[in-house]
Parts: sequence; structure tokens; C-alpha cells
Amino acid sequence: MLAPIAGVLFDGIAYGMLLFVLSVGLSVTLGLMNFVNLAHCAFAMLGGYVTVTLVNDFHWPFLATLPVAFFAAAAVSVVFEQLLYRRLYGASDLDQVLLTIGIAFVSVAVAAYIFGTLQQPIQTPAFLRGSTQVAGLSLGNYRLFLIGFALVVTVLLVVGLEYTRFGAQIRAAVDNQRMARGLGIDVNRTFAATFALGSGLAGLGGALAIEIVGLDPSFSFTYLVYVLIIVSVGGLGSITGSFAAAILIGVSDIAGKYYVPEIGAFLIYLVMVIVLMWRPAGLFGRR
Amino acid sequence: MSDIALATRGLTKSFGSLAVARNIDITLPKGMRYALIGPNGAGKTTLINLITGMTAPDGGRILLDDNDITPLEPQVRVRRGLARTFQINTLFPGLNALEAVTLAVCERQKRTDAFWTRLAGQKDAIEEAYDILQRLRLGQDCYQPTRELPYGRQRLLEIALALATRPKVLLLDEPAAGVPLEESGDIFEAVAQLSDDITVLFIEHDMQVVFRFASHIFVLVGGAIFAQGTPNEIANHPGVREVYLGKRGHG
Amino acid sequence: MADAAAIPTPQDYLQQHSRWRPIEILFWLATLSPFVLFPDYLSLASQIAITALFALSLDVILGYAGVVSLGHAAFFGIGAYTAGLYSKFVWGEPLTGLLVAAAVAGVSGYAVSFIIARFRHLTLIMITLGIGLLAHEAANSARWLTGGTDGFEGIRMLPVLGLFRFDLYGYTAYGYALVVLFVLFVAVRRLVHSPFGLALRGIRENWTRMPAIGADRPAHIRKAFTIAAAIAGVAGALLAQTTSSISLESISFQRSADVLVMLVLGGAGRLYGGLIGAIIFMVARDQFSGIAPQYWYFWIGLLLIAVVIALPNGVLGGLSSLVKKLRRQS
Repeated sequence: MLAPIAGVLFDGIAYGMLLFVLSVGLSVTLGLMNFVNLAHCAFAMLGGYVTVTLVNDFHWPFLATLPVAFFAAAAVSVVFEQLLYRRLYGASDLDQVLLTIGIAFVSVAVAAYIFGTLQQPIQTPAFLRGSTQVAGLSLGNYRLFLIGFALVVTVLLVVGLEYTRFGAQIRAAVDNQRMARGLGIDVNRTFAATFALGSGLAGLGGALAIEIVGLDPSFSFTYLVYVLIIVSVGGLGSITGSFAAAILIGVSDIAGKYYVPEIGAFLIYLVMVIVLMWRPAGLFGRR
Repeated sequence: MSDIALATRGLTKSFGSLAVARNIDITLPKGMRYALIGPNGAGKTTLINLITGMTAPDGGRILLDDNDITPLEPQVRVRRGLARTFQINTLFPGLNALEAVTLAVCERQKRTDAFWTRLAGQKDAIEEAYDILQRLRLGQDCYQPTRELPYGRQRLLEIALALATRPKVLLLDEPAAGVPLEESGDIFEAVAQLSDDITVLFIEHDMQVVFRFASHIFVLVGGAIFAQGTPNEIANHPGVREVYLGKRGHG
Repeated sequence: MADAAAIPTPQDYLQQHSRWRPIEILFWLATLSPFVLFPDYLSLASQIAITALFALSLDVILGYAGVVSLGHAAFFGIGAYTAGLYSKFVWGEPLTGLLVAAAVAGVSGYAVSFIIARFRHLTLIMITLGIGLLAHEAANSARWLTGGTDGFEGIRMLPVLGLFRFDLYGYTAYGYALVVLFVLFVAVRRLVHSPFGLALRGIRENWTRMPAIGADRPAHIRKAFTIAAAIAGVAGALLAQTTSSISLESISFQRSADVLVMLVLGGAGRLYGGLIGAIIFMVARDQFSGIAPQYWYFWIGLLLIAVVIALPNGVLGGLSSLVKKLRRQS
């Protein structure tokens, strides 16, 4: 018997970890390029459908599809970045919103056309099914995996940002674009690579999400709201911020649905509006 | 009614560990022309941002005509007679010069609350705007959208907008920045023609311009007032020469 | 280009630009055509008129002041539900219903405006989105008040001005909606050509410069937002009154997004952009009503991409550029 509070917390944290993987890419690219990419979850959806196709049609093991989901989403995002996004880097927020919403709309239609509108289930490997007993609690294996995986991704991101040359370039470009260019950093290439990384992470998140929330063509929009909330509450360009906000939103959502189901998503939206009014740049944002 | 148009007392500001303003004390008696010079990154534009209220100071006070304006919002300071221009053109690209200056005049006269009256009916505001534009030689271009104006004319429009607020103190941030040599004459003529009722502080890199217009010079280095005095005093100041080898020509 | 004699005086210039043009008169005369040419489509026509009014209200805040709002349907919905409640519990008279709806939506807008006037960029987008979503959730939860997902029941409308009963064919509905649209359009037109309208454009053109010329920018934004909310409320009320029904759709994100698309399609900040966009969008949607929703959004998506890349000022902007190009060649 799962003690309710611990169980809700566990589920909330696992959900939050998933949301973190989905959101962190957007937070970094928004903070870096100031480009409002509302098609971010469309890339997530792409990753999800890649995994679905590989597992269901080609019988790949689930874990092996994860890197493919990452790279597929990253590759497609590079194409979009070169063809469309690049033209709008200096454009108004509204133009960026409209362009990327348009892309998201198209992605929903394409997904519906190819895969139909129903949710696509997949078979996860045996060791990820079922649950494990930990300190008297029965914790879902997939959620345990999700938490562990997300933590590894977080560590890799933080370490990568702090200790690699590419990470230093990103940090420099976020801090001061002009100066970074002056130092010989190819800011455009840094943008493109970071954008690919961010979208790749989204794709990864989409693949991971199938088992927790299911995958259907509306994914592009359903989770976009959560991602945007996390990014704006956490603070643009802040990995720590996204992490904290994701946990906050994940737990609030699960707890809300468990304890006060009539309120629905009201609590999340209210939390967001209040946090933004108090800290417009997000909890960990700058300026 | 004091003789001091503008003063700052102990104005301080840091961005994290970077101190951009260190205890700045300046006093500007009325009617004169002051130059603010210093190497790039010394904090000159930051000082203007602090004085106008665009940036909040960490400490210190700003006095306009002996009144403490430190807690006041930027637009309130403008209404009290403190105006500035921007180093990088901060204009209204889609409005033409006439609309832009008329807007500034209407704001001053608080007519912009009226959503029921016709703009075209604000005869005196329009005339005043056109008058300002003509004095700055922008009259014939005033129907063109600002974004289509040549850069030099845009710089003149910067000044026109500030003048439309009928300032008592005018802060000019590198008025001729980026303007080709042929056109900068218009700008300096505009500055020269400014009425003596207006106290002017301008940031400038060109020492010839500084010596031509300013009666008193402030040298800002690393966020602090390094030296101040008459042009002669500054020209012969050994420290200034060392720290800031006066650039002859545009910065 | 023009010789000295043809350059107008400043006041004349501004006057010329605010005069009614012949093509505008033509447009409004054309709006009478459904009565004669498309009598079977009068209910669609009144929907278009209502949506056009809603788009016009968004234009005030987004097109003219440059404030991006992704939650404007909140005020449309508030107006709709207010009018519904008014007709059900107070009085079924339509015009006072409009006034009450405008007042309630306006007051709500005023309250919200204090929040949004301070923000820009992503923060503003998220706050307006959040408020729109909150309004939707609130309407959904308050089933006892709004009927929730089942819809609002019990609207009984009295004849307009005591004379024009709401008939089944939609003559009264369209006439009523059209007149309200026209009256409010004239009011907005006047606002746009006023000193306040110029100030709004100033905010859009350069947010930073406004305080530097002494403008109380937050006050201007609050005023514009309140007016936009009130007009949106009237549009919502019209919907409730002409269809005698209200669904949650009227306060949904879908409605906020659709009206944004319409405005951008037609051309924001051009007075007629919302009207043109509404006409094109709703006629197209009616024509393609057979296809599944996600495929409809495929075309909308492509359209958005195309508009942003190729026609950033919408249909009206494109036409205006074309006209300028032709004039230059002649």
C-alpha cells in the first residue's frame, strides 16, 4: 500500500523529471537566443513517434531508441533553424510566436495523418515494468528509471556547461553576444548547435513520455503549456531554474489532481501568474 | 529658485561585482554647457541612465533645481524638465517626424489622455512640433516614416523629440555618434542654437567639439569622476592625458 | 518627389490621413449585401460580424499598442456569460445587456491591466495566456453559473428596440450585430486618430522612448486594455444574444488563438485588418467545414508560416505595399 503523500510525491517528482527533460532545451535556447519557439513540443512529439515506430514496427529495444529519438529531433530542428528560424532572430515576439505555432499546427496534422489520432502504446523492456519495494513503498520501476535518467541528463548538462569549451561558448554567448563574437566565438554556430541540443532533449523527453502520459498528435500543444510555464517560472537560460520549476509544477499537478480534482489545472495557472508577477524573469532568471 | 540646474550627490551603482558608478558628485549651474568625457566603458551612458531614472541607483541622490528627484519615475522627471537623447537612435520607426514630435508635445500637454478628440484638431501642438522640426532643418522630411530618414536626420530627430518636452536640463548622449562628417555639422549647429534657458550636458568623444562647446568638463573613468574643470585645465591635466589620450576625430 | 506646391501643411496632412476614404464607404455598403445576395447565410454573416468586432478589440491592444495578448477570449467569454445571466435573471432587453456586458468585461480588463502593463516579451505572453486559461478553468468549474461543458441555458431575448424580434432566418441578428459593429468601429476609428491613438502607436513603435518623452506608459496601456476588454465583452454578448446560447468555447484558448490568427492574417494595426481577417477566416472555415479539425489546422499552420515569412503585415499590408509599388512605377 503506497502511503498517499509519499506516493503522490514520488509520482510528482517523476512527472517533474519528465517535464524537466522536455523543458530544459527550451529554457536554454530562449535564454540564449531570445527566440520564442512554440514548436518545441512538436520536436518532442517527433522523438516520441520515432521511438514508437522503431519499437512497434522494427522491434527495437526501447532503450536503444532513445539516442535515435534525440538525434532525429536534433537533426530536424537544424533543418528548421536554417530554413525558417534564422530569418526571425531579430523579429518581434509576435512573429516568432506565430511562425512556431504554425509549425506546431502543421506537425499535429502530419502526425495525425501518418499515425492516426489515437494514443500509441509501446512495449517497454521487462525490467522497467512493475515496481520495486523501497523502504516499505512500492515505487514504479519506470518512474524510478525516469528519475535516474533525468538526473544523469541534468548532471551531464551542468558539467558540460561548466567544463567543456562548447559550454563556455554557450555561457559567453548568453551573457554578452557582442563580446562573444569579439572573442572569435562563432555565435551563429553556437546558436545552431545549442538549438539542436535543446530540440534533441525535447525529442528524448517525448520518447520518455510515452509510458507516463501517452503519445498522440495533440502532444505538441498539451504539454506546450506545461513547458512554457516551467520555462517562464524557472527563468530563461537557467538549468537550475527549470529543474526547480519542473519539480514544483510536477508535484503541484499530481497533488492537485489527487487531492482537489475539481480544481484541475487552475492551480498551476494561478501559481504561474503569481510567480511571474513577483519575479517577471522567473525564479532563477536574470534581469 | 537656486542657480543649480542639476546635481548628483554620492551616486553609486554596481551590477554584481562591477561598480559602474562610484560616489559621483556633480553640480551643474544653470545655463552652461557641460561635457562628459571618458574612455569607453567608463560609465557615461550609465550615469545618464541613473540621472534620468532608467536605472535605479544603489545609493546617492539626484537633485533637479534643488528638488530631490531620486524616487521619481522617469516620465515624471521628464515633466519636471529633464530630457535626454540616446546614443543609439531610439525613435519611432513607423511614425513620421511630424507625428513623433507632435506626440512628444501632446504628452507634455497631457493631451494624450483624450481618445475622443481628433489629433488633426490639435492645431497648436502640431504647429509647435512643426516649428521645432523646421528649426532643426527637418521640416521638409517630416512626412517620411522615421525609418526611411538618413541616419544624420534621425540623430537630429533625437534632439527634436527631447526639445519637444521643453526641458530645463538636456542630456545629450553622443549626439553625433555614427554620423558621417558631412552631416555632423547640422547636429552641432543644432546644439549651438540651443537656448540659454536650457542647461546642456553632453557626452562626446571628439575633443574639438568638447572644447568648442563646453565651459566645464567632467572626466569619468571607471565609474568615478577622475577630474573636472575648464577646458584649459583639463587639456593640461597630466592624469587626463595619461588615462584618456584625447581622441581627435570621431570615436 | 512632389513639387513644393503639392506639399500639404502639417495640419492638412494629418487631416487627410484621418478622412474617410471612398473604399471604406464601399466596404460598409458591401456589408449590407448578405441581406440581398446571401440570405441563406445570414447566421454566418452575423457570426462574422461578431468575430470581426472581437478582432477589432484585439487590434486596439495588439495592433496599435503592440501588447501581445494570448488570452483575449477571457473578456469575450465574460461578456457572453454576463449577457446570458442578465437576460436570464434581470431583463431580456438586448441593448442594456450589451452595456452591462461591456461594463463587466471592462472592469475585469481594468483589473487585469494592472498586471499586464508592466511586462513584455515572454513574461507578457505567459501572463496573458495564463489569465485566459484561468478564466476558462473558472468558467468550467463554476458549472452552477455558466452551465460548464453543457452550455448556458435559458437565454430569452426581447426584440431589439422593442421592434425587431430575433427571427429564425437571422435578419435581426445580422442587422443588430452589424449596426453594433459599425458603431463601435467608428468609435475605435476615432480613438485611433486621437492623441491617445498616437500615444499607443508610440508605445508599439518604441517602448523605451515613451517614458523618455514624458509619457505615462502604464496608464496608456491600462486604458487601451480596458477599452479592448469592454469591446470584446460586447462581441461576446452579441454572440450570446444572437444565438441564445453560450459554450465554453467562447472563453477557450482556441478562440484567443483564432482571433489572433485572423488579425495577423488581415493585418494588425490597420483598423480593417481584423475585419478582413475575420471574413476570410470564417468564410474559409465554413467552406471547409467538412474536413477534420486537425487538417483545417494544417492549412492554418501553413498560412501562419507564409504570412510571417512573406506577408508580415497581413493581407492589408501586402495590398498597401503593392499599391505603393505601383504608384512608384507610374
